[in-house]
Amino acid sequence: MSLLNVENLTLQFDTDEGRITAVDNVSFSLEPGEVMGLVGESGSGKSVTAKSLMKLNAGNGHYTPESKITLHLDDGPVDVMSLKTPREMQVVRGGAISMIFQEPMASFAPALTIGKQMVEQLLIHSDMTKKQAKELSIEMLDRVGISDAATRFGQYAFEMSGGMRQRAMIAMALSTKPKLLIADEPTTALDVTIQAQVIDLMKDLVDEFHMGIIFITHDLGVVAQTADKVAVMYLGRMIEQGPVRDVIRRPQHPYTQGLLDALPKLDDLEAPLTPVAGDIPSPLERPSGCVFHTRCPKIIGDVCKRDVPQWADTGENHRTACHLCAEKGEAA
Amino acid sequence: MSDDLLISTRDLCVEFKIGGGLFTKQILKAVDGISIDIPRGSFFGVVGESGSGKTTLGRALLKAVPIARGDANYDDGEVQYDLTTLAGPELKDYRKRAQLIFQDPYAALSPRMTVRDIIAEPLEVMGLTKTREETDARVREIAEKCRLNLEHLRRFPHAFSGGQRQRISIARALVSGPQFIVADESVAALDVSIQADVLNLLKELQRDLRITFMFISHDLSVVAHTCDHVAVMYLGRIVESAPTRQLFENPRHPYTKALFSAIPSLDPDDRGKAQKLEGEIPSPTNQPPGCKFHTRCPFATDICKREEPPLDTCEEGHAVSCHHWQELGEAVPA
Repeated sequence: MSLLNVENLTLQFDTDEGRITAVDNVSFSLEPGEVMGLVGESGSGKSVTAKSLMKLNAGNGHYTPESKITLHLDDGPVDVMSLKTPREMQVVRGGAISMIFQEPMASFAPALTIGKQMVEQLLIHSDMTKKQAKELSIEMLDRVGISDAATRFGQYAFEMSGGMRQRAMIAMALSTKPKLLIADEPTTALDVTIQAQVIDLMKDLVDEFHMGIIFITHDLGVVAQTADKVAVMYLGRMIEQGPVRDVIRRPQHPYTQGLLDALPKLDDLEAPLTPVAGDIPSPLERPSGCVFHTRCPKIIGDVCKRDVPQWADTGENHRTACHLCAEKGEAA
Repeated sequence: MSDDLLISTRDLCVEFKIGGGLFTKQILKAVDGISIDIPRGSFFGVVGESGSGKTTLGRALLKAVPIARGDANYDDGEVQYDLTTLAGPELKDYRKRAQLIFQDPYAALSPRMTVRDIIAEPLEVMGLTKTREETDARVREIAEKCRLNLEHLRRFPHAFSGGQRQRISIARALVSGPQFIVADESVAALDVSIQADVLNLLKELQRDLRITFMFISHDLSVVAHTCDHVAVMYLGRIVESAPTRQLFENPRHPYTKALFSAIPSLDPDDRGKAQKLEGEIPSPTNQPPGCKFHTRCPFATDICKREEPPLDTCEEGHAVSCHHWQELGEAVPA
């Protein structure tokens, strides 16, 4: 049984300038122990989608009634959309779901020791005593490769380097033994050498704890190294999803192809860099039909401007929302 | 050959005093004995982790931080300046000739100025144009070169995406007609699709306007695609420096090799093959003796802990600072 089912998730924000659709009819599922990479440019809605799973989005956000998020836990399914009070939401906020943020400096409180923050969340989400919580926290710090964990436990975030803070963040997120871990650009602020260490650590921890991970990133290289499957988002819509090998080797959507072409490749230094033409449109001026048609190099015609493309099967468990693929499918 | 060098430094050092206490004053060596030659019209890359001193080096060459010791000379064919003693009117003139493009296009532009005013500001401050018409003409000319829509000049920066903002920052740096531009992590904050666009623009400007770039980055794959020559820095020193192609085909220093293998491969079947570098870059206030990389180097021996390795030339234009580069040859860290 899946760990997580997201169906028809649509989220709109009311702003002074008008209603913005941040997430548009997104559906996906995640198995336990599976790592899903969520890829897209800034403004594509990947962070907002992930935050919806914990209902962490701002108060001016509205979920449509069709939106459905179900989390399957040991003691039965949880309907995330129906959670209202903070007490009810504890189960998805730090209980069964933990989140690692991009900027580890900003995600620790500066005036409390790392240890105090780790113990606090354990006291809230489990029935441990303070002493047990401290022991577990130190053990987790040690587990993520922080040397001299007992001393680090008593230190503040500013006393640690960026890589170490991110490790501490991971230790803290995993100490509640979550079923689902959301990692929002966890390595973007780190140097490549430290990024490689953190990626390795996360892979080990998946094997050990067998949780599902949603890995949000804009770096397709990081996705290739960590994820089992990939979902590509553009302007709030999911446009392609499938197994990581298939999507990276045989990208079907013109946008996914564009993202891959724009990456500098080390094995061919002479190859020109080809940017995806144009800029991502403002969410206030959402294009009609296929949201990518304003920048698409392979636009077929009016159908792209008029109709929202439906999912077409483009391989085993590989789906693409593009009129081009739908046409090919019919022809075949 | 030396006639064609725009920037040439010898044993350049930049130091900061930190700690205000009576007994706790320490000296932080941010840039420690750097000798580089940047030929005119080239695209010179500087790579390293955070804390390696690459930004400080760029700032020292722009006279934005004081140079503690060593030589640094600038020669664009028209004028020659000794950067260590530059002051007064000459310094003012140098500011026109050397410019900086920042990392974060969201923080670098004043939200209360229109795009036109942002680009025109250097012209007005430096007194390069006399009339408003002249300023406007120059702004339009530069905006076109940077592929900015002229209708956008009256808008404010908040209306633009990251890539467009970075093009505005580039236009502002270009407007005084500089010979030398330091681009400090100028594409790090951008999405890949836009990153390629900005890199192509910088290359175009280098070609068309004969501007010399110093491109500071932590991303080796970006550097590989844009730069002619790359210097790899670690804790304030250059550990390896070579023409890009040579460096990528035949890296000599264990640190360079580790940096290469840390780049996440796009091939999902390459997993686990990457060589991992243990530990983190040491604090610059507490630098290890001998070779500064020995604390993380898989090949370190006793001599590495004792003596600082010299910068050897292993091939034409390819210098490496490692005691063991000859024996290591093609070996990769295990």
